[in-house]
Amino acid sequence: MGGIRFILIQNRWYMQFDDDEKQKLIEEVHAVVTVRDAKHTNFVEFRNFKIIYRRYAGLYFCICVDVNDNNLAYLEAIHNFVEVLNEYFHNVCELDLVFNFYKVYTVVDEMFLAGEIRETSQTKVLKQLLMLQSLE
Amino acid sequence: MPGQRVFLHSRTLPVRMVAPSLKLQDLIEEIRGAKTQAQEREVIQKECAHIRASFRDGDPVHRHRQLAKLLYVHMLGYPAHFGQMECLKLIASSRFTDKRVGYLGAMLLLDERHDAHLLITNSIKNDLSQGIQPVQGLALCTLSTMGSAEMCRDLAPEVEKLLLQPSPYLRKKAILTAVHMIRKVPELSSVFLPPCVHLLHERHHGILLGTITLITELCERSPAALKHFRKVVPQLVQILRTLVTTGYSTEHSISGVSDPFLQVQILRLLRILGRNHEESSETMNDLLAQVATNTDTSRNAGNAVLFETVLTIMDIHSAAGLRVLAVNILGRFLLNSDRNIRYVALTSLLRLVQSDHSAVQRHRPTVVDCLQETDASLSRRALELSLALVNSSNVRAMMQELQAFLESCPPDLRADCASGILLAAERFAPTKRWHIDTILHVLTTAGTHVRDDAVANLTQLIGGAQELHAYSVRRLYNALAEDISQQPLVQVAAWCIGEYGDLLLEGNCEEIEPLQVDEEEVLALLEKVLQSHMSLPATRGYALTALMKLSTRLQGDNNRIRQVVSIYRSCLDVELQQRAVEYDTLFQKYDHMRAAILEKMPLVERDGPQADEEAKQSKEAAQLSEAAPAPTESQASQLLDLLDLLDRASGDAQHPPPLDPSPGGALVYLLDLPCAPPPPAPIPDLKVFEREGVQLNLSFIRPPENPALLLITITATNSSEGDVTNFICQAAVPKSLQLQLQAPSGNTVPARGGLPITQLFRILNPNKAPLRLKLRLTYNHFHQSVQEIFEVNNLPVESWQ
Repeated sequence: MGGIRFILIQNRWYMQFDDDEKQKLIEEVHAVVTVRDAKHTNFVEFRNFKIIYRRYAGLYFCICVDVNDNNLAYLEAIHNFVEVLNEYFHNVCELDLVFNFYKVYTVVDEMFLAGEIRETSQTKVLKQLLMLQSLE
Repeated sequence: MPGQRVFLHSRTLPVRMVAPSLKLQDLIEEIRGAKTQAQEREVIQKECAHIRASFRDGDPVHRHRQLAKLLYVHMLGYPAHFGQMECLKLIASSRFTDKRVGYLGAMLLLDERHDAHLLITNSIKNDLSQGIQPVQGLALCTLSTMGSAEMCRDLAPEVEKLLLQPSPYLRKKAILTAVHMIRKVPELSSVFLPPCVHLLHERHHGILLGTITLITELCERSPAALKHFRKVVPQLVQILRTLVTTGYSTEHSISGVSDPFLQVQILRLLRILGRNHEESSETMNDLLAQVATNTDTSRNAGNAVLFETVLTIMDIHSAAGLRVLAVNILGRFLLNSDRNIRYVALTSLLRLVQSDHSAVQRHRPTVVDCLQETDASLSRRALELSLALVNSSNVRAMMQELQAFLESCPPDLRADCASGILLAAERFAPTKRWHIDTILHVLTTAGTHVRDDAVANLTQLIGGAQELHAYSVRRLYNALAEDISQQPLVQVAAWCIGEYGDLLLEGNCEEIEPLQVDEEEVLALLEKVLQSHMSLPATRGYALTALMKLSTRLQGDNNRIRQVVSIYRSCLDVELQQRAVEYDTLFQKYDHMRAAILEKMPLVERDGPQADEEAKQSKEAAQLSEAAPAPTESQASQLLDLLDLLDRASGDAQHPPPLDPSPGGALVYLLDLPCAPPPPAPIPDLKVFEREGVQLNLSFIRPPENPALLLITITATNSSEGDVTNFICQAAVPKSLQLQLQAPSGNTVPARGGLPITQLFRILNPNKAPLRLKLRLTYNHFHQSVQEIFEVNNLPVESWQ
């Protein structure tokens, strides 16, 4: 079974974990990822999965995938996602994500579903997001 | 005015003194304003109390806001289970704002382990069929995130309907929801398989992407589905080709590559379909070559596609030329300035190095360069790959690189590097001297990281190379004089100096500069090792024995050695003490035997890639030797007793031998049999000893390919009520045979039929001399120490004829 296990910055879980397991995982991933710097690759082996992560200013965006998945493709997916966030929030910054956390979930759910990549066209995703927003 | 009363309306309205509930933004600000963890907790607990009260009072207007706040708090790690029911209420509401938060709450708070989750099934069913796209989208999203198996079964028909709807927005979600459902309920594959072929005709990228993912999931789960979908390979090839050459749409282009995600997904599916299937593989060959050569490699997106292509090429039945192309792509990746790309290249090359060895060899220089990487995950892979690429033609060059790496590599890689070098040296050493040099270098650079058998291996290696004794002992002496802290090195050096001390003092060796050493220096060095606090007990054992051996190798008198040995008779370490006492006894009572006991070691048969060559050498050396045990010092002193017994007319033995052996070792036939070759029937076992429930059995094997070899397995069993502990068995054979004892399986036999001890004896009997075997058993039983010495009677003649 391939695919994404969980996405972290906003925690979207595609696999079953207990609440305490989730907390523990979050802490572990955080510990593993924040000690790395520009000299390291963007891939970390983690338990029996691997984490693809990318750092933007002060935020780490992490995706946890199967060991057989294509690292470079998911790296691209992270970047795609961040670019959409950027467009949607107009030069996004960390506070935007915090105060609009539920909107971020919506973006995630537009681009990823059931642990797979869903929509890759930034234009399409933004159109859909604006449409949803108008319903508020 | 005084006296005037003012009446207040005293009808008290039931006014709830509740502060107006915070907006989400305000709560977030307040939490972020907290200076400490405790303060944050306080803020949150206060707010949660409000939220709980609000839920109890059932305020529908603000419910969504309360839940949103609760979700934020939950995200921070605080408990929020009391909001679960509120999710249900919100989902059931007709307002989009409510539904939105409600579904989000369901995804975050409800999971299939709580029965409550089933309650939303009905709401989802309603929402899925009421035709408002955003709402249907929410429902699908929620279902695919937390839908349990029962929910999936219930809602499969609704999702199936949505697959065929005109709106792409919903179809995309429905397809991936189907993927989730199949994962939860594999039987649903039959529902979702039929629409796939039709969906593949879509031009919408999102739908295609979902469909391919769905097909992939179906194929991975069922070989029948796999077979079924092989027929769409041509179609997939066509889709990918169009993507690569013309590109469907610019809005899916990333860094100039058309929808790399779709390409990657198609390539993955092709891989699954083409694996182990000639026909499909052939259909894809051209396309793969095309993608491999035409994809733009300047940015990560292109490289992602290229990487997936390489993986596919290597996994299916591709033409040889295509495979080489793939390996070359990986080789190019190794030169890429992007570390991530180097990483995937190294990982993949490692997987391919066995199957496509010569193709990978071409990139060896680049791989070796990667040893210098700063990221440990990269340098580790580079090390593994480099070691896998060593072969007999490049061994000298590679070892140089690897040894240079060993000197500077990070500590966690040292052990692997050292053992990798030693292993490679063992397999490919061009000359013995090179081999010895290599091991020496590893021991000096990374001595503490080598495995335990490195010492044994090196001593055997040196022992077997007679022409290199002088060279080895000199080099080891020099190394030891410089540094006595690396234990494996010290042990080997001590052993060597003990064995070949005479060569050390001769002063002449063409291969290194002449070394002027005198006896006092050598003894001083060994004493230094003995006394150093850095030396392990085993090391000190080596040093003491070496000193002892030097007593016969050196010219001068032995007073110094005798003194040292004498001092250690009262050493606190029991092992050392015992040796010292025995050596001292050797000086005092058995001085006439000392020279014979301390003679140079015979060569021993060794398991390993060079065993055959060495076996020949050892057979020659064996003619000169006495019955020799495995080359460990501890047996030397214990053998003393046995030789004694075998030589003398065995007055102490429990079972006197049937015939009187003459001290010269003249052979006497034990049994009067014609010299016919032994029948190939298995040799019967022999029970040789029994005492109070402790029994010893011998079983014999003569391997047909080596007639001079006899393998005896002794088995010690215990049927008594008391455990047998500290069991040691020793053996001796006549001089013309060679005996090697392997380590026993243990030294305890638990009572009442507990796990027996087994031990293997290897006996070389090239002259087919009659076999005689004397055994000495020591063990503890019923709180008593037992010692038994006896000669084995009735040895079957097949064991030696």
